[in-house]
Amino acid sequence: MNKLLELLSRSAEFTTAQLATMLGVSEDEVKQQIADYKAKGIIMGTTTLINWDKVPEAGVMALIELKVTPKAETGFDDIAKIVMSYDNVESVYLAASSRYDLIAMVKGSTIQEIAEFVSKRLSTLDNVIGTATSFVLTHYKSGGVSFTDNEEDDEQRSLIL
Amino acid sequence: MDYTKMLNTRLTGLKPSGIRRFFDIANEMDHVISLSIGEPDFTTPWHVRQEGIETLRKGHTWYSPNRGFEELRQQICKYYARRFNVEYDPDQEVLVSVGGSEAIDLCIRTLVQEGDEVLIPQPAFVCYEPMTVMAGGTPVIIETKAENGFRLTADELEAAITPRTKLLILPFPNNPTGAVMRREHLEAIAKVLEKHDILVLSDEIYGELTYGKERHVSFADIPHMKERTIVVSGFSKAYAMTGWRLGYALGPEPVISQMLKLHQYAIMSAPTTAQYAAIEALKHGDNDIEHMREEYDMRRRLIVDEFCRMGLTCFEPEGAFYVFPSIQISGMTSEDFCEKLIYAQRVAIVPGTAFGDCGEGFARVSYSYSLKHIQEALVRIERFLNDPHAAQA
Repeated sequence: MNKLLELLSRSAEFTTAQLATMLGVSEDEVKQQIADYKAKGIIMGTTTLINWDKVPEAGVMALIELKVTPKAETGFDDIAKIVMSYDNVESVYLAASSRYDLIAMVKGSTIQEIAEFVSKRLSTLDNVIGTATSFVLTHYKSGGVSFTDNEEDDEQRSLIL
Repeated sequence: MDYTKMLNTRLTGLKPSGIRRFFDIANEMDHVISLSIGEPDFTTPWHVRQEGIETLRKGHTWYSPNRGFEELRQQICKYYARRFNVEYDPDQEVLVSVGGSEAIDLCIRTLVQEGDEVLIPQPAFVCYEPMTVMAGGTPVIIETKAENGFRLTADELEAAITPRTKLLILPFPNNPTGAVMRREHLEAIAKVLEKHDILVLSDEIYGELTYGKERHVSFADIPHMKERTIVVSGFSKAYAMTGWRLGYALGPEPVISQMLKLHQYAIMSAPTTAQYAAIEALKHGDNDIEHMREEYDMRRRLIVDEFCRMGLTCFEPEGAFYVFPSIQISGMTSEDFCEKLIYAQRVAIVPGTAFGDCGEGFARVSYSYSLKHIQEALVRIERFLNDPHAAQA
């Protein structure tokens, strides 16, 4: 049923009846499957994809890489949990990279605010031995959706015959 | 100069395509959502485009052999054997053309002369009738029926045959109805044809786009039919390669060699870059076809279901990327319905009559659009059905 997940990740606006039709299964099966996915923590929630670039004074985003010394028992998990507990941290990933271990996407109202957050909150954590901050200038694509102006909507096909 | 005296009256007498009128209206309005285009919304798979680019970079920009590159012809034959179970000789029974359209034109002009009758099942793509007229032949229209799933039946065929019948056009999977002919339907047609000396132009351009368990059956795969069949297909629909303009004809050597002569004089050879790209598509593109087919299938299910819910009954289309709903509950003619729909709700679809008089009471709706786009169009169509006079919100 990965097809169902794929459709759900494309749009939250399909009704369960429409999803069932498209997949050629019963609506009950779709409902059951979605309930299962929720119970197993595969479906974690539904949000709206927003292009913050277009929202006045929406603030800034930064990608912050953290070099971390893993703890003996819990590895990177403990540090990750501390990082993700801040409300301004949008997402946290563990990376397989030679330079950095954790990557966090952080939101702030100004560049200064983020810089301060990194230097005061993240760099000072016991096991963090280095950080690198990259500020996001433009969102081109997010959540599988292109954010460039209507490129996908522009009909480029010609009308023939 | 009085040009009307100079122009070929056979040509000036042809009606312009009925699809065009609605395109022209749509073009002049803003915020129109169209479900009228008859080509894939996918772009050509990247590895195929890359192959085209690579050959350009290497400077492979010359004419190709008239018949098409040997490797491409070999790959086309392998492909037809692999996918549709029909074997052809790449040296004698294949011709690479500028789209399936050129192959249709070549085939009709190669076979049809003054006084010959050509059987054309309709609703169908718009080119067969004018091409027949230009070749001096007489189009004989066979009207397929919604209650038969718009298939051509043996009885309808038998009734249309006269001693002057030369050629039968078999346009399945069908544009605009989405109808397909299953093996048993083709066998019934074959039984009728066996009694007559009639050739068949099987337009299988949508052959890769069939839904459900049964795949497309080539008419050439029906016993004894290969010798009388010219199969026309191409890369446009299967590989989303419309703009590359590449198609082909497969058939008996005596016919193909005459088509080749005509192609040589009129066209010389198909586009070189497109041929290199097509070789890549045939070698490594089976998964691309599957991916696109699955996507079309989801849209097809959605759109058919929603139309039926709204009262626009449609028989379930099993091929191509069109649905052909009945608009009779509106009480309007097809033209009227489509025109009012575009002015009221700014949704462009094509009246069934554009594909033959028997398309009256129907409209062609293309689902070669994104699900998002289709969803919005469906909302607007429903609004129109509830109140044909309401302006778009």
